[in-house]
Amino acid sequence: MKNVLRNNSKTGLTVVLLVVILMGTFLFAACENTATNEETTSLSGKVMIVGSTSVQPLAEELADEFNKQHPDLRIDIQGVGSTAGVKSVNDGTCDIGTASRALKSEEESWGLTETVIAMDGIAVIVNPANKVQDLQNEDVLKIFTGEINNWKDLGGEDKEIIVVSREAGSGTRGAFEELMKLEKKEGDKTVSLVVDNALIAEGNGAVLANVAGKESAIGYMSLGMVDESKVKKANINGVEATVQNIQNQSYPIARPFLMLTKGEPTQETKAFLDFILSNEGQEVVAKDYIPVN
Amino acid sequence: MKQRRIKEIIQKSFIWLCTFITVAALAWIVIYIIANGFEHLNLDFIFSEYKGGKNGILPMILSTVYVAFLSVIIATPIGIGAALYLVEYAKPGKLLYLVRFATETLAGIPSIIYGLFGFIFFVTILKFSFSLLSGALTLSIMVLPTVIRTTEEALKCVPVSYREGSLALGATKFQTIRGVVLPSAIPGILTAVILSIGRIVGETAAVYLTAGMVTRFPDSIMDSGRTLSVHLYVLAKEGISFEEAFATATILIITVALINLATNKAAGRLKRRYEP
Amino acid sequence: MNRVCNPISADLEYGTQQKRFRLRNLKEHIAEGLLLLCAFLAVLSLLIIATYIFYSGVPIFGKVGFKEIVFGMTWKPLEDMFGIFPMIAASLLATIGAVAFGATVGLMTAVFLAELAPLWLSKVIRPAIELLAGIPSVVYGFFGLIVIVPLIDKYFGGGGNSLLAAIIILGVMILPTIVSISETSLRSVPIEYKEGSLALGASQLQTIFKVSIPAARSGIAAGIILGMGRAIGETMAVILVIGNTPQLPGSLLDRARTLTSNIAIEMSYAQGLHQEALFATGVVLFVFIMILNIVLTTIFRKAGEEK
Repeated sequence: MKNVLRNNSKTGLTVVLLVVILMGTFLFAACENTATNEETTSLSGKVMIVGSTSVQPLAEELADEFNKQHPDLRIDIQGVGSTAGVKSVNDGTCDIGTASRALKSEEESWGLTETVIAMDGIAVIVNPANKVQDLQNEDVLKIFTGEINNWKDLGGEDKEIIVVSREAGSGTRGAFEELMKLEKKEGDKTVSLVVDNALIAEGNGAVLANVAGKESAIGYMSLGMVDESKVKKANINGVEATVQNIQNQSYPIARPFLMLTKGEPTQETKAFLDFILSNEGQEVVAKDYIPVN
Repeated sequence: MKQRRIKEIIQKSFIWLCTFITVAALAWIVIYIIANGFEHLNLDFIFSEYKGGKNGILPMILSTVYVAFLSVIIATPIGIGAALYLVEYAKPGKLLYLVRFATETLAGIPSIIYGLFGFIFFVTILKFSFSLLSGALTLSIMVLPTVIRTTEEALKCVPVSYREGSLALGATKFQTIRGVVLPSAIPGILTAVILSIGRIVGETAAVYLTAGMVTRFPDSIMDSGRTLSVHLYVLAKEGISFEEAFATATILIITVALINLATNKAAGRLKRRYEP
Repeated sequence: MNRVCNPISADLEYGTQQKRFRLRNLKEHIAEGLLLLCAFLAVLSLLIIATYIFYSGVPIFGKVGFKEIVFGMTWKPLEDMFGIFPMIAASLLATIGAVAFGATVGLMTAVFLAELAPLWLSKVIRPAIELLAGIPSVVYGFFGLIVIVPLIDKYFGGGGNSLLAAIIILGVMILPTIVSISETSLRSVPIEYKEGSLALGASQLQTIFKVSIPAARSGIAAGIILGMGRAIGETMAVILVIGNTPQLPGSLLDRARTLTSNIAIEMSYAQGLHQEALFATGVVLFVFIMILNIVLTTIFRKAGEEK
C-alpha cells in the first residue's frame, strides 16, 4: 500500500510538473504578445499571403523588414504553390496571392491587380561532381525531353541522366517549360514535353537536395535559392546564371514574381505593397533577386 | 533425428535473425538521428523564434501544443461518451454494430484522406481557412477511434461487482457511471489521452493540409501554425538545413519516448488497481 | 423503465417522491441520450467524410470516364489526362512488398517474444518496439531520404529514389503493428494446447509452428491486415523516398508514385478538374481501405465465433 501511494504521488508530481510546463509555455507566448502590443505605434492587424513556394523566402524577408517599422502588423505567409495563390486571392481567402510565373490567359480574365515585385532567374543545376557545365539551349531541351539520356553524349561520364522536375502546377515548372519551349500546343491544350520518368521533387529545396545527392542528376530551380556549396549552376549558351546577366538579358530563363490583389486592397495590404516597391523594399529584393526599378 | 535437429537449428536461427532485424532497424534509426541531431540541439534552437537567422523551433512547439490540446479537449469528452454508451448501455444489435463499424473504419482511414476532408470541409466550406482550429477539428476526428477503443477497454476492466454494489445501494445507472465506473477508469482514460497526443504529435499529412505552415507564434486558434512534424517535413523536402531537420527529428523521438513512458505508467496504474 | 409504484405508501409525501423519481428518470434519459449522441457522432463523422470525399471525387468519373481514370496509364493533369493506374499499381506493389517483409520478420519477432525470449530480453525489446510504433512517419521518411536512398543509389544505381526504398521504409514502419498484435494472440493460445503437443513428444519449435501459430492465425491475420492498411495509407514517408514519377514501375529500382503521394504533392496546386481528379484518387484509396476493413471485421467475427 505504501508503495502504491508513493508511486501515485510520484506520477502525480509528474503530471503537475507537466501542467506547469504547459502553462509556462502558454504564458510565455501570451507575455510576448502583450509585449509587442505595448510598442504599438502604427499599423496593426493581419495580412494573409498565400502562394508560390519560390516567392515565400523573399516574402518572408520583406515581411521581417516591414515588421521593423510596424511591429504589430501580422504578416502570415503560406507557401502552397502559384496556382493555389492565384486561386485563393480570387476566392478572397487571402489578401495577397503570389505567383512565380506570368498569369495564364484564363486567370487574366479574373480581373486581379498584378504587382511585379521582382524578377527571378531559373537556374539549371547539376551535381558538383559532374564534369559538364556548359549547355546549349538545345541540350537542355533534349535532356528534359529525354532525347539525350546519357552524360557521355554531352562530353561527360557514361552515366544515365536523372532528370529532376517539379510537380504539375508549380510556377517554376510552368515558367521553365514556357521559356525553354518544353511544351507544345495540341488543339486548345498545352502539353508538357518533360520526359515521363523524371523524378518529381516537391519544392525548390527538394530539387536542390536531389541534385546535390545524385551525381548524374540535373534539375532547375529558383536562382535566388541556389546554394552553390551543394550544387553547380550550368551555363546556358555560355552565359552564367547571375543577376547581372538576367538584367542585361543575356541569360534567357527569367520570370516575374507577382503579388496579386483583388478589388480595393486594405490599408495594411497597400502599405506592404508600397513598401516592397519602395527603395527600401527593393534593396531587400536585390540581395538575392532582381529588383524591378 | 539428425535432420530434425538441423532443421530446428535453422528455424531457430531464422527467428533470432528476424528479431535481430527488428531491433537493429530500430536502433539504427534512433541512434542515427539522435547522434546527428544532438550536436545541433541547444537551448537557443529550442527557445527562439524562426526568423532573423535564428531558426528556432519554439513557434512550432507551441503550435503543436495548441493543436494537441485543442484536439484532446474536443475528442476526449465525445470519445468517453461514446465508449460509455457502447459498454454500459448498448444492447447487441444493429446500432452497436454500426458504431463499431464506423469507429473501426475511422481508425483505418489514412491520414491523407483526413487531410483532404479537413481541407474541403473545415478550411474551404466552413471558411476556417488554414488555422489551428481546422487542424484540431480534423485531428480530433482522427483520434476519436483511439479514445473510444482505449476507454472501452478501461471501462470493461472495471469489475461488475463495483457496479452491482452501487446499484444495490439505490444509485441509478447514471449515478453509478458517474460516481463509480468513471473514476475507476480514469487511468485508462488517461492512457487514451496520452495515446491521442502521441498520434497528433506524429501526424503530418492531415495537419499540413488543414493547419497550414506559417512559422510564427499563433496569436489565436484562427491563426495558421506549423507543427513540429510538418516542420520536419518542410525542412526535409526543402532541404533548407539537414542539421535543423535532425535536431527536430531528435526532439520528436524524445517526445514520443516520453509519451510511451507516460502511457506505460498510466496503464500500469490501471493494472495495479485491479490486481491485488 | 420500470416505475416504482407502491400502493401502500399513498401518503402526503407521495407526490414529491414521484416528482423526484420523474426528475431522476428524466436525468437518466438525458444522460443516455447524450451518450448515444456521442456514439452517433463517430458514425456521423464517417458519413460526412465519406460523403464529402465521394461528392468531390465521383463526378469526374462521369466526365472523364471510369476506365480512363482507373485504367488510364498517363497522368498529365494539366492536359486533362487523369490515368491513375500507375499509382494504383505502385501503391499495391509497395504494400505487398512491405507486407511480405514486415509479416515475415514481424511474425518471427512475435514468436521470439512470446515463446523463446528470456523475460529480461523481452522486457528490453518490447518497449523498444513500442517506441518504433510511435515514431512519426515523417521521421522514417527523413531517415529513408538521408540513409536508404543514397545506399540504394550507391549499390544499385538509378538515383536511389525507388519502389525498393519505399518498400524498405514501409516494411520497417509496419513491423510494430504486426509484432504487437501477433504477440498478443500467440500469448492467448491456451497453455493446454502447447502442453498437449509437448506431451506428445513434439519439440518446442514444432509446437510453435504446428500448434501455436495455427491457433493464433486470426489474430496474426488481423495484425497483417492492419499493417497493410498502414502501408497503403502512408503518405509523408513515401513522398520523400519514392521519387514520385507517375509512371508504371518496371522494376524495384524504378521511381513510382503512390495514390497517397499523388494527393499530397499536387493538392495545393490543383484546381478544377485536376482537383476533382485528386479527390477521385482519394475515392480509390478509400475503397481499398474499406475493403481491407471489411476483411478485418470478418476475420474478427469469425474468430469470435470460433471461441
